[in-house]
Amino acid sequence: MAVQRSRPKRGVLASTWTFVKRNVLTAYSILFFIYLLLPIAVVVVFSFNNPVGKFNYVWQGFTWDNWRYWNGVPGIQSAIELSLEVALVASLVATAFGTMIALALVRYRFRFRAATNILIFLPLSTPEIVLGASLLTLFLNFTFVPFGFITILIAHVMFCVSFAVVTVKARLIGFDRHLEEAAMDLGANEWTTFQKVTLPLIVPAVLAAFLLCFAISVDDFVVTYFVSGSSVTFPIYVWGAARVGAPAQVNVIGTAIFVIAISGALANVLIQMRREKHA
Amino acid sequence: MLWLAIFFVVPLGYLAYQSLESGNVDFGYAFTWAWGNYWTAIRDYRTQFIRSIEFAGIATVIAFVVSYPVAYWIAFRGGRWKNLLLLCIIAPFFVTYLIRTLAWETILSDHGFVVRTLGNLHLLGVLGQNGHILSTGTAVVAGITYNFLPFMALPLYVSLEQIDPRLIEAAEDLYANKIRAFLRVTFPLSLPGVVAGTLLTFIPAAGDFINAQLLGGTQNHMIGNVIQSKFLELSDYPSAAAMSFILMGAILAFVAIYALIVGTEQLTGTAV
Repeated sequence: MAVQRSRPKRGVLASTWTFVKRNVLTAYSILFFIYLLLPIAVVVVFSFNNPVGKFNYVWQGFTWDNWRYWNGVPGIQSAIELSLEVALVASLVATAFGTMIALALVRYRFRFRAATNILIFLPLSTPEIVLGASLLTLFLNFTFVPFGFITILIAHVMFCVSFAVVTVKARLIGFDRHLEEAAMDLGANEWTTFQKVTLPLIVPAVLAAFLLCFAISVDDFVVTYFVSGSSVTFPIYVWGAARVGAPAQVNVIGTAIFVIAISGALANVLIQMRREKHA
Repeated sequence: MLWLAIFFVVPLGYLAYQSLESGNVDFGYAFTWAWGNYWTAIRDYRTQFIRSIEFAGIATVIAFVVSYPVAYWIAFRGGRWKNLLLLCIIAPFFVTYLIRTLAWETILSDHGFVVRTLGNLHLLGVLGQNGHILSTGTAVVAGITYNFLPFMALPLYVSLEQIDPRLIEAAEDLYANKIRAFLRVTFPLSLPGVVAGTLLTFIPAAGDFINAQLLGGTQNHMIGNVIQSKFLELSDYPSAAAMSFILMGAILAFVAIYALIVGTEQLTGTAV
């Protein structure tokens, strides 16, 4: 508990100084958040811009047209579709692999455990450009795999697995193993125990891992750019468009992704806050 | 459960195969143990290597200085709003990386208010070049700092949040000086977060080429731009691979030193 200390009386100047000193951190933090959210605001605002010519840099006037004709630019719709397909499959596979690896790492003491830990950490600590480059050389030598959906998928699974492992592992470390032992004592076999006890307990972490993988996969540019061949995902579309001046539709999609993701996360946080309030 | 264990080994082996085999393929591409590639790479692209380290280093330091007070504020004064504030910190991640960077292109463009304000303050000569911010190193560093800021802020918050406030109070009772209490107690206890944040910011920043490409123009290319163009535009695989390995080697050495200090488990634990 903080000890209350009586403060001697001071003049107006001194008390103003105390006020400034006490609130400078808060004021600074508010400025920080403005800085952090400013580019997002720019993205949202410029999705309603009515640009003259090719460049969407200067505010010209308000319009709904970019939203109404969100797929009015050639190539943007197919790029989004490819991104979503890759993300869905990649995060499903990566979450399944990641969950199993996490279980193995936490449960079993096998010989290459430390090596596996490092191996999982390696993609997280390697610059994306090196990952992309090494995958490209790998695929260049596997000439029977055509560049496109399959190569993008393999690459995405590879770096998503690490994130899935870390997420599920965090949950498993705080897991009470007595629950499983109790189930086994009651006559459940290993598979039933896994299905009825282990899985329901780690489902939140598995779901979180899936969402994380999905988000990372949709957003990934660098690795995808290296292994995509002539296929175009949404970030690659943006990259190509940026060279000649990105159309306002790019901002529309960016805003839409942001709104969907942030409302999910916000709902989660608000539910947590309400729970804490009641507890 | 043995069959499960075997099932784990398959994706692991696959992963091992991916991360190890691809490396060997890079070397084998020329089939001549051409170590000369490395020397040529270092000789010809020394400026880009140094620039990458320099930009990433400056961005990491700025990100640290900027986000430490905020992490501190959320950890100790956030109260009920902590989770909401954390959400604000990761909010930029919900906008596609490239679109975020393009937004900075808009903000820093010659018609934007940043250029005008700096012009009015006569600071443009210091930070910009010929009245521009775009296409200068400043823009690249600004973009990198912004894009990797959450990677710095989150680990800092996690380590600060774990500190028992009573320790700081005890220190204040003993030293009776806020600055010394901070330097002797709070800051040392937050060091794991500082280490993790530094790594998570510096590593991707050193290999980044998006900011340099979109915000920097041709004068400010980083090593990532060189690797990217060698691979995808010039198809000069051996020297591009050599450069990738130099970059990765430098970064792995950096990580290894930290791993020795902190331990791998803690490193991976603080990573997310």
